[in-house]
Amino acid sequence: MNTPGTELWTVLVIVGLAAVTVLSRCFFFIFDRPWALPAWAERALQYAPVAALAGVVAPEIVMQAGHLVPTWHDARLFAGPVGALLFYWRRNVLATIAGGMAVYLPLHLGLGW
Amino acid sequence: MFFLRENNTHPAFKEAARAMLPMATGIAAWGLMTGVAMVKSGMSVVEALAMTFLVYAGSSQLASIPLIVASAPLWVILATGFCVNLRFVVFSLHLRPYMMHMPRWRRMLNGYLTADMSYAMFTRRFPNPGTTPEQWREEEAFLSGNYFVTWTSWMASSVIGIVLGNLIPTSWGLGFAGVLCLVGILCSLANTPIRRVSALIAGAAAVAAYSLPLKLNIVVAILVAVAVSFWLEKHASSAEGQAA
Repeated sequence: MNTPGTELWTVLVIVGLAAVTVLSRCFFFIFDRPWALPAWAERALQYAPVAALAGVVAPEIVMQAGHLVPTWHDARLFAGPVGALLFYWRRNVLATIAGGMAVYLPLHLGLGW
Repeated sequence: MFFLRENNTHPAFKEAARAMLPMATGIAAWGLMTGVAMVKSGMSVVEALAMTFLVYAGSSQLASIPLIVASAPLWVILATGFCVNLRFVVFSLHLRPYMMHMPRWRRMLNGYLTADMSYAMFTRRFPNPGTTPEQWREEEAFLSGNYFVTWTSWMASSVIGIVLGNLIPTSWGLGFAGVLCLVGILCSLANTPIRRVSALIAGAAAVAAYSLPLKLNIVVAILVAVAVSFWLEKHASSAEGQAA
């Protein structure tokens, strides 16, 4: 079914993801006729976006090769929360990236965490 | 569309571009990291460029990179991309009254080019949709000015990242900047108490269900978090009712 690593397959994925961008950004104004999602779905849209991102991000910070990191000697465990705190302080994604990396790189490159 | 004269000669275009300029550095840093992350994950330069210019959605690009590397099934990658993009679905509901006076191709091109920053700045500048053709022209010119700056800084910095990516050793772990970027967007979305709880529960659920195949742990995370949020919503409103 999926042929790993072939360029054609990757291009297909990229075109598909572009279509997903258009679909999600235009979702409610593609059709002329006014329409609405069922009430429960509109309520779910209050919480689903933040849940989806958290579901993607959390494993990237606390897991390694499919398991919880066995030691706290992992630079990500410190850089992630610092980045989050910086956002609440400065309200700026750039501060999160810069500050988080300022914690991550010394721990990762200096101490090998 | 910033390439149409009627938009880029309107005074609102310049106003919007100037207002967006301070954000350009942040967008550029994010684009740079996304460019580096794509190349460091093993995508070819052509693939990385195609992704940058076609997909134009940093968070779904960053989320899909590990899935592409692992050769996950196509529908899993697309479904994950859509989940990460759910915030845009919410934005599109808000933008509908601003868009419906345009023909469909024009709505969709404007929608495609309107990402987080442009949406936020545009809806702050125009809290209510216009009703006259002059107001519509001003709105579209302003929106075009916004996304002209975001699009340009994103594309230029992504291309630089893709070129530099090959010069930077993977062991430095610069790809983590992409994760930090998602952390930033996540925090900006977690702007009510229930949404913060929703994020914590989804994070825990995604880790607990990690061994599920096909990245279904993200779907589980969304379902559990939304269910708990509904319960909290109901509980909070009934507590208020009792207090009153």
